Amino acid sequence: MIYLDLFLGFLKVGCFAFGGAYGAIPLIRDVVMSYGWLTDEMLTYMIAVSESTPGPIMVNLATYVGSSQAGFAGAVISTLAVVLPSFIIILLVTALLKTALKNKYVQAVLRGLKPCVIGIVLATGIYMVITNCFGKVTAPAVNLQALIITAILFGATAAWKAIFKKKLSPIMLIIISAFSGMLIF
Amino acid sequence: MNILLDLFLTFARIGLFTFGGGYAMIAMINNSCVEQKKWITHDEMMDITVIAESTPGPIAINCATFTGYKKAGFTGAVVATLGIVVPSFVVIYCISMFLDNFLELTLIASAFKGIKIAVGILILDAAITMVKKMHNKKLPRTIMVCSCMAMLCINIFSVNFSSISLMIVAAAVSLTVFILNGAPQQKGGNGK
Repeated sequence: MIYLDLFLGFLKVGCFAFGGAYGAIPLIRDVVMSYGWLTDEMLTYMIAVSESTPGPIMVNLATYVGSSQAGFAGAVISTLAVVLPSFIIILLVTALLKTALKNKYVQAVLRGLKPCVIGIVLATGIYMVITNCFGKVTAPAVNLQALIITAILFGATAAWKAIFKKKLSPIMLIIISAFSGMLIF
Repeated sequence: MNILLDLFLTFARIGLFTFGGGYAMIAMINNSCVEQKKWITHDEMMDITVIAESTPGPIAINCATFTGYKKAGFTGAVVATLGIVVPSFVVIYCISMFLDNFLELTLIASAFKGIKIAVGILILDAAITMVKKMHNKKLPRTIMVCSCMAMLCINIFSVNFSSISLMIVAAAVSLTVFILNGAPQQKGGNGK
């Protein structure tokens, strides 16, 4: 049943989403792909939309996937499911288990989880950049337009850093990429 | 004003006006809840940020749940959490109804092809920032490199192995190393 699948899928994401929004993206990708809810393409578009609209990215993605699969009820169920684990954990930690997180064994588990999340995010980033430019390993194809845009974006980021001594904000990067896309594709 | 309503409206405002998620929201929450409303102290805010980093889920949700609970118990926690979720829910729900039609326009479709590339770069950039912030120790580095390699192979060869399973393996490895290395000598100190 779709409602149950959405609920369980996003509950899983909510339970394991360490390391903020970017930590959650590979998990959401996993869940969405394994159920075949969205194509890789659509999911990437939605990540950009979530990045450019207010609110936590994880919540935005859950709402979108839910609504695309099962309308309003689906959106409500997925959003609740992604929020529920952190809601319950925070209540437990603040109300009952004030020192649970300081427990040595909990700390040891966290010390394993955090670098693993970083590794997963790194792999996802590398994989996305490479497949955008050179296609999938099973069907390699150099995408010249994508290569040009990648170069433009890296150039813009570097130039911005050099001139303003500050990181280019994600929204600015998305705007630049949208205009380059309109011009080049 | 009724505290529940106040909680809801304050967090709804934070949810509506912070772009880019996570850390941008912490600044807003600090500004509203600590400095203006004085709902929680500065120290509590620091505590909750640390807790948020060690627990799963969006950081903004963690902060909202905590503040709501401090001010008005369980109901407060529910209300504050709803406050932060409802605005983005409404915005995304509206977008989701139009996005498909929107993408049929050629110009928009090309814009999104460009955006797709930016998303890859954003994720890569976030990962690099996280790597730079990591403690320079052998075990975390090894776990990071191994999980990165494993995840790349999983993606490239479309292996049916979820990132959650990978995380459980990493947690188990770290726990095992900890127990083998020194935990037994420090017996009695846990959960104090």
